[in-house]
Amino acid sequence: MVSVGKNVPRKEGPQKLCGLAKYIDDYDFKDCLYGVTFRSSIPHGLIKKISFDSDFPWQEYVIATAQDIPGPNVVALIENDQPLLADKKILHPMEPILLVSHPILQKAYAALEHIRVDYEELPAVLTLEESLSLEQVLYPPDNVFKKFQIQKGNVEAGFAQADFIVEGEYRVPHQEQTYIENNGVAAYVENGTIVVMGSMQCPYYVHKALKHIFNVPDEKLRIIQTTTGGGFGGKEEYPNMIAGHAALLALKSGRPVKMIYDRQEDMAATTKRHPAWIKHRTGVTKEGKLVAQEIEVVMDGGAYVTLSPVVLSRGTLHATGPYECPNVRVVSKTAATNTPPNGAFRGFGAPQTLFAAELHWEKIAEAVGLDSLTLRRLNVFKEGSQTATGQILGESVGASEVLERAVTRSRYISKRKEYSLWNRDKKKESWRGMGLALVHHGAGFTGSGEVYLASRAGVAFTNKGQVKVLAASTEIGQGTISMFAQIVADSLGIPYEWVVVVDPDTGQVPNSGPTVASRTCMVVGGLIQKATLQLKQELSRHISKKSSWSQEDLKEAARKMIPPPAGEAELAPSRRSAGGGMMEGQPEKKYIVEYEKPKEIQWDDKTYKGDAYAVYSYACAVVDLEVDKLTYEVKIHKITTAQDIGKAIHPLLAEGQIMGGTAQAVGYALYENVVMKNGVMQNAQLTNYIIPTFMDTPPMDIEIVEKPYSHGPFGAKGVGELPMDVPAPAIAAAIHHATGLWIPELPILPEKIFKVFFSSPLVGEGRVRGT
Amino acid sequence: MISIEVNGEKRTFKGFPFKRLIDVLRQDFGLMGTKEGCGEGECGACTVLVNGEPVNSCLIPVCQVEGTRIETVESLGRPASPNVLQKAFLEKGGSQCGICTPGMLMTAWAWVRGGGSDKPQAIRNVLAGNLCRCTGYQHIVNAVVQAVRDRKKIIRNPKSTIQNRKSK
Repeated sequence: MVSVGKNVPRKEGPQKLCGLAKYIDDYDFKDCLYGVTFRSSIPHGLIKKISFDSDFPWQEYVIATAQDIPGPNVVALIENDQPLLADKKILHPMEPILLVSHPILQKAYAALEHIRVDYEELPAVLTLEESLSLEQVLYPPDNVFKKFQIQKGNVEAGFAQADFIVEGEYRVPHQEQTYIENNGVAAYVENGTIVVMGSMQCPYYVHKALKHIFNVPDEKLRIIQTTTGGGFGGKEEYPNMIAGHAALLALKSGRPVKMIYDRQEDMAATTKRHPAWIKHRTGVTKEGKLVAQEIEVVMDGGAYVTLSPVVLSRGTLHATGPYECPNVRVVSKTAATNTPPNGAFRGFGAPQTLFAAELHWEKIAEAVGLDSLTLRRLNVFKEGSQTATGQILGESVGASEVLERAVTRSRYISKRKEYSLWNRDKKKESWRGMGLALVHHGAGFTGSGEVYLASRAGVAFTNKGQVKVLAASTEIGQGTISMFAQIVADSLGIPYEWVVVVDPDTGQVPNSGPTVASRTCMVVGGLIQKATLQLKQELSRHISKKSSWSQEDLKEAARKMIPPPAGEAELAPSRRSAGGGMMEGQPEKKYIVEYEKPKEIQWDDKTYKGDAYAVYSYACAVVDLEVDKLTYEVKIHKITTAQDIGKAIHPLLAEGQIMGGTAQAVGYALYENVVMKNGVMQNAQLTNYIIPTFMDTPPMDIEIVEKPYSHGPFGAKGVGELPMDVPAPAIAAAIHHATGLWIPELPILPEKIFKVFFSSPLVGEGRVRGT
Repeated sequence: MISIEVNGEKRTFKGFPFKRLIDVLRQDFGLMGTKEGCGEGECGACTVLVNGEPVNSCLIPVCQVEGTRIETVESLGRPASPNVLQKAFLEKGGSQCGICTPGMLMTAWAWVRGGGSDKPQAIRNVLAGNLCRCTGYQHIVNAVVQAVRDRKKIIRNPKSTIQNRKSK
């Protein structure tokens, strides 16, 4: 009967494998219009005039502009600075200005050629350098959306004790989420309620944004997630925008409106990972002990604030890597540019700063004359270690364990020696390298985030004795549905197959918060487990004690617990009604639990001190690769990784998360190159934005380490983002081992290796093949 | 009029001859299993079999498939009776978000049915035109390896059953 820890069949698997799962583009709506977006062609300026070709049949079209927006023209998120439709000012290329709809999709697109906007162009701020120079102020007073500072000990005193001070500068680029299903929604109005269906991670984010835009009460909005073809953060905040657009057209036309982006529009107009610069200055003793870390982080936020402050926060909090240092200062900021806003992408700031932190160890190792593995072993977080924010790591600290497991499994030490010998042989056609990185990743929202969210989730017990999971957390491929059902089944002691998970629909489920931040299993799964235990307690009063309950037992209990639906049946303690309050179907009793902070967690937002995250997951990756001496192509032989995630509720799904995240990080490190010109992505196509294929993705050897966390369901922590953090610095370290070159900038394309190679003194040492 | 055999059934199409095959399948024949990922033949999500060969249906005008035999994901097993490949994908974790899955299955099915090898490198090579952003591919490779072996077992001994494999 136990399902946790077993690879039970994923609930929605058969539908997906038979082509029956319905994504938004698979829904048919009667009398539907197709909506398309007219976007700005300039990065910065003022809209002077909008004109429509007079000989075009506009009577066939429904057009919406900023003037049609009932409420404030704002996509509500952290700051309310981003308009739903630009009406005066343009702050980035691809900014939406007008919406056009027509019953035939091709005709809707054709109309965009017949609209002209006259602009007064202003000088554009396209790079971080330009933003920080303050020649143009986009975001008063200093173009800075957000700043943070972490301070521990006395950094100057720390440097005074150091035998070595090692400096390094690192740069990481944009990265496109590249879910295979583009952003898309459909909207319609039904009995005065605006309904939006679509591909999204966070139905209640859309609910909040649309409530603002349309100035309507909660129950006049219903947001339904449809089967979602990947998210990776790219469907965290952007659906607010596209849902607002489709709903505006639906409201104006009185007809259902479908808006599905094509690949080019999706890549060029929607969010990407924040590019960043990171500077490290590190003090170490000759024994290899860290005594001071000084780190500066600057991220490119794009044109509007969107989620940049929280991305920066997570990046800042992970900037030191998983090591204890008595004296730390981290200063960080995110600045405005006239480029499309950057946003959520798996890892959320941490892959950026951890790339720098981990590759920096190779530099420190060279300076100190010890290898980076020894240095990591000396400084790594252990139980009782104190982080840069002063958090004492009390439990579930698997950093050393993942490090040792990955080192052993990959034969890191012996292969490194072997490859060093190989590299001395000038006749070999490649250089070979072994690289290692170690990271931590905080599970759940940062700092007080979970307290502010006050997520609610639970279970319902129907009068037919069925158990249903109620949460707004979405299945986006990672396994939410199956994992929730396992937690409920085992907490109640019933088979996994009996548990039903209700679709995320704000009319049906409470707000369990967004599906982000590696929080779904640990935080929301934890709430669901608590709610299930409440149900179990009540069931125990109605069913005699047995080792397991039958379906008959549950039906019997349901008859006692839930009165028949005569008139106004009291359907008690759903403490507050869910979302839109449109509960449908059979009578049921709900058990909804709200998040409560474990009392030992303390965080101060003002000083940035305390427990930044409830707990951390840990990962170590070892990369085994070779670099061709003629073409400079990198071929990864294998990635070995050990990851401490507390408990794998479903080992196969957890492994799927680790492998998928690792592959995305391989792309980040080696292939994915967003080319920006005048603020627009030039390679917004899968033809020339290269994500890893079957041939580019190496075989992976994975070990899941389980150091249980007492507040996680069955000991589980987060797994979603962790695997994205660790491979890129390990790849760069392996390339360094192979070639001796420093390439502190991603992606490490062959031409970049070539360039660094030919400008390095190594050429003189005869490391070019054949010389 | 364009005549095609789709999943064993004779179908005719009377519209614009340069309509993309994917649109004809989805809009005219109601076969929504075939997905569009990029619309330019890069991602393989729209893969269908034309006379047994995997083809990107977003790149083919319908007039080009006149008289051919087309197979889509709907021609494989149903949820209650998945075929050997679908079963392997389910057991080995070969499908996560599922949007690449129909195309992935069709490319893999041509390989499995055609008696392709169970060598992981050969499978990676044959599937290289299908992109997946979720799995990191290894679970898909494992699934195809299993399907190749299971299918060989069934062909050798048609009475053998692979119904009751235990999940680990």
